[in-house]
Amino acid sequence: MQTRARPNRLGIRGWVVGGRWGFERYLYTLHRLSGLGLLAYFVMHIFVTSTRAIGPESWDQAMSAVSGPLFAVGEYLVFAAFAFHAVNGIRLGAIELGFAVGRPIEPVYPYETSVGRQRRLARAVLMIAFVVAVWGGLDFFAWK
Amino acid sequence: MTETTTRQVTFDVRRYEPGTDAEPHWESHRIDVLPGMTVLDGLWKVKELSAPSLAWRSSCRMGICGSCGMLINGRPRLACNTQIAELKSDVVAVAPLPNFSIIKDLVPDLRPMFETHRELMPYLIRDDVEEQDDPTREYWQTPHELEHYLQFSYCIKCGCCMAACPTVATDPQYAGPMPLGQAQRYDADSRDGGFAQRREALSGGRGPWRCHFAGECSQVCPKGVDPAKAIQLMKGEMVADLLRLRKRRAPAPLVEPPKGPRREEIPAAPERTVTEA
Repeated sequence: MQTRARPNRLGIRGWVVGGRWGFERYLYTLHRLSGLGLLAYFVMHIFVTSTRAIGPESWDQAMSAVSGPLFAVGEYLVFAAFAFHAVNGIRLGAIELGFAVGRPIEPVYPYETSVGRQRRLARAVLMIAFVVAVWGGLDFFAWK
Repeated sequence: MTETTTRQVTFDVRRYEPGTDAEPHWESHRIDVLPGMTVLDGLWKVKELSAPSLAWRSSCRMGICGSCGMLINGRPRLACNTQIAELKSDVVAVAPLPNFSIIKDLVPDLRPMFETHRELMPYLIRDDVEEQDDPTREYWQTPHELEHYLQFSYCIKCGCCMAACPTVATDPQYAGPMPLGQAQRYDADSRDGGFAQRREALSGGRGPWRCHFAGECSQVCPKGVDPAKAIQLMKGEMVADLLRLRKRRAPAPLVEPPKGPRREEIPAAPERTVTEA
């Protein structure tokens, strides 16, 4: 019998709309968004610096176009994204090698999961990213 | 004193009739709820009183069969395992599990999940096929070796983990938490020798490397199976294998049955129910 099933895959909503999900779900989404942001910056960076190959005038023109206060804030956001993405990437790398998730256990209610087990590591990651982002913010805006 | 008072709850149910409805739509039903009622009980009441054509899957009513996985108030759960009172809301929104096509109303099409599950060979892979078809002895396994996979063997294939996974939501190629967790269940079994075969089956975009530990599969699992843990352990094993650091072991050997008379408290094995053709 042929079933006319209606597709119901969530698509991008599946990771953008957190809904009633947990802490690590938001880290997952933030990691992806920060990764996409860094990729966008990288492409723009290549484009801007490539103007140097055309000549000094093109370079000066490109640099003046990206030197406003809006771009300063944008650059800081790239730095903050980098801070989070790098530190969280180390957490994910460690977890993907089997660290911090614990060994298989007998599931006894209330269940203890690997997610709860690595929660302290996830919190530490956020703290470190926050400290680095604040330090970078001071360097970007206050200490100049 | 046992509380017996009823209260009224609104059941918002996602309906979809193939061939008739262009899109799924919400339908509201007001029902009286008694203490102790589960969401599954509520659905039966809705069906009895106001929506006789409402369809869903359910069977055991005790969180064992894995049939009644649904999206209940935004979270994949078993309807039979979820008390209405624990939702702490006067509105119970019930929708079919996302990331699966809808056959009708609350009935998801789980076939793609089961096909992937089968492709990852969820059974013992050994050379002694005859022994497996017609067992004469037991395979040797210590209680410690059992612990390596016991947690993952509690999976009831309800599909809640697949509905919660953000990677499954965007990537149809990805095998998903249930099939991967079950592949690890057999990889971690000392009686199994199929690691290399499953590793081949997991190559490309369907394998564990698409998992980035959102952890939702483990959070929603009604049986505490922790598929996220299984997937991370699988990755660790794969890296160790690539670096030639993985302990290579032969599948557990057969052991001779103990000699002497059977102890009285141990019942005899039942008669065979399958006979040779």
